[in-house]
Amino acid sequence: MGYLRVRELGKAYKRYAHKWGRLSEWLGSGTRHELNWVLCDINFDIAPGTAVGIVGANGAGKSTLLKLLAGTIRPTHGTFETGGRVAALLELGIGFHPEFTGRQNVQMAGHILGIPAARLGALMEEIEAFAEIGDYVDQPVRTYSSGMQVRLAFSVATAVRPDILIIDEALSVGDAYFQHKSFDRIRRFRDQGTTLLFVSHNPGAVKTLCDRALLLDQGLLVRDGSPDAILDYYNAMIAAQRVGYEIRQTETTTGRKITRSGTGDAAIEHIDLLVEEQSARSVRSGDSAKLRITIAVRAPVRELTVGVLIRDRMGNDVFGTNTFHLGQSRSHLPAGERTCIEFSFPSLALGAGSYSVAAALHEGDTHTVANFDWWDRALVFQVVRGNRPLSIGACALEVSSSWQACTVQASPPGSAVTGGRREEEFDVSRRDQ
Amino acid sequence: MLRECWNFRGFIAASVKRDFVSRYLGTQLGWFWAIAQPLALILVYTLVFAEIMRPSLPGHDSRFAYSIYLCAGILLWQLFSDLLNRSVGVFVQNAGLLKKVNLPKLALPVIVALSGLVNFAVVSALFVAFLLIVGSFPWPSILAMLPVVILVVALAMGLGVLLGTVNVFYRDVEQSTAIVLQFWFWLTPIVYPARALPGAFAEVLQWNPFWPIVTFAQAVLLDNRLPPWASLAYPALVAVALLLLGFVAFRRLSAEIVDEL
Repeated sequence: MGYLRVRELGKAYKRYAHKWGRLSEWLGSGTRHELNWVLCDINFDIAPGTAVGIVGANGAGKSTLLKLLAGTIRPTHGTFETGGRVAALLELGIGFHPEFTGRQNVQMAGHILGIPAARLGALMEEIEAFAEIGDYVDQPVRTYSSGMQVRLAFSVATAVRPDILIIDEALSVGDAYFQHKSFDRIRRFRDQGTTLLFVSHNPGAVKTLCDRALLLDQGLLVRDGSPDAILDYYNAMIAAQRVGYEIRQTETTTGRKITRSGTGDAAIEHIDLLVEEQSARSVRSGDSAKLRITIAVRAPVRELTVGVLIRDRMGNDVFGTNTFHLGQSRSHLPAGERTCIEFSFPSLALGAGSYSVAAALHEGDTHTVANFDWWDRALVFQVVRGNRPLSIGACALEVSSSWQACTVQASPPGSAVTGGRREEEFDVSRRDQ
Repeated sequence: MLRECWNFRGFIAASVKRDFVSRYLGTQLGWFWAIAQPLALILVYTLVFAEIMRPSLPGHDSRFAYSIYLCAGILLWQLFSDLLNRSVGVFVQNAGLLKKVNLPKLALPVIVALSGLVNFAVVSALFVAFLLIVGSFPWPSILAMLPVVILVVALAMGLGVLLGTVNVFYRDVEQSTAIVLQFWFWLTPIVYPARALPGAFAEVLQWNPFWPIVTFAQAVLLDNRLPPWASLAYPALVAVALLLLGFVAFRRLSAEIVDEL
């Protein structure tokens, strides 16, 4: 159950030169169309209980792939096999009718999803509660906000655990609170063996939710691997849309993929973490540290910005900045020059754990303008707790606590709802750890 | 394909129910509207034409003869045009559903047929009540209306699925259907008696497959008489041919339907 096997899957749309072309084809005049392939020769296998993120630019074929697997469109070529019941949230919904109430739509969706009426009746309360749409459940769906529609759709689609769950962008419409809640449910399903296929333009969501990512580009499956390696590559690919550009992905001895890309006009020769002016790979939380980057200029560079980005073990961005924002960019560097820059952190307030540093050389404020060298995971270091009080999370804020006599009055009754909700939100984020 | 539809019977039943409820119970006057429209139609025709037409329905002295004649034709025509109009647009109008949910597309015309029959049943019940009140209930020949209704549904659905499929690719079909139906209505002896037409004209119009159906129904309901079944052979043949053609067209094009929505 929950497996997915895709073989040589392809989808082409017919394109007719003339609007009556299709009619003359029906009448037997031979082929009058050409095929416009939007997805080509896709092969992969997914083991049950895997969460797979699908990444790619607009028009790369992500949604087409999900629609094929959900069964709403038919493949032009190839086959796929799905193990068990598939639930899909495509184009933000599951076919709600705007004139009917939320409750009626839930009942219809239940029929479509194959949930027996009696079972759905028992689940109704839970579906309503999860969607948190309150009295709106008895209002026509056309009066809903897009967030409410998606919440209700997600709530129905996941009311009974499917073997395969397909989600196209839907979660990006919900607010952060609902995202937390739905991620939580998805994770629980995944632990019970549900396979997840997930399209999102939010790299954070892919990183935190997925075990694996597929990168699509112009209808082809170009990369298949761990989410952070794929996203790094994708990030490099976005910048790569100019001439003389190279993307190199190498594997370290520990099996981690490292992406390096850029024109090479300027290159990072060396990057080092210095603690008390000594090269180190471990630093105590809150101690001072420096990142030193050695740069070689190979071709004349009009303007040079150096950036650093610290990421946590999952690949989530923790902190990043560059010399453009620090007011330290340099201009008109001749070929052959070697130079060195140091980023000093008087107190590196990171929580205990493993971090990586990505370094970048580019022009202007972001690497999309002109990218000379982007080096993901150029350096990996550990942060240890040292003598600071125990804390969790990626940052170790300066904190102290003290007991005070309580002079504040009890909060007014109206604020109770918001208070309850915040607590729950905190609860959810705690479970994320 | 039909088995898939059977698996979705829960969805089909719920859709038919929802259709019915939304059509009648969503409004303040509810049931009144279910009845009002056909009633208004019959009233208008009866009042306008009854005086003119009565002489051309010889042998019928009853004040209600023309009304019964009219209802026999109009009820069947309403069923036919309702089913046809709705099935021509069925795939296009349900684009939102078809694009998001994997369901057997043939379930949609099935829903149209069933919900059209439910409406027909409501109006027919009214008509039967009227026949009982005026004391001209055509028992037992009215039982012959059952195969006639099935024939009308087959004719409408065969043509409907065929045109509905083509309509996905050429939306002009939906526009032209409404116009063609207008002409078709007046080229069928529903409001006027068949023998009011000049001979040559009538001969050509015999090719209209709805003609024998309507005259059959009129004979049953007005004269309490069973015409020869053979008169329905031609429309039955057309219905079977259209059903086959519709099914073949749907099968060949169904994979492309969602691509074009």
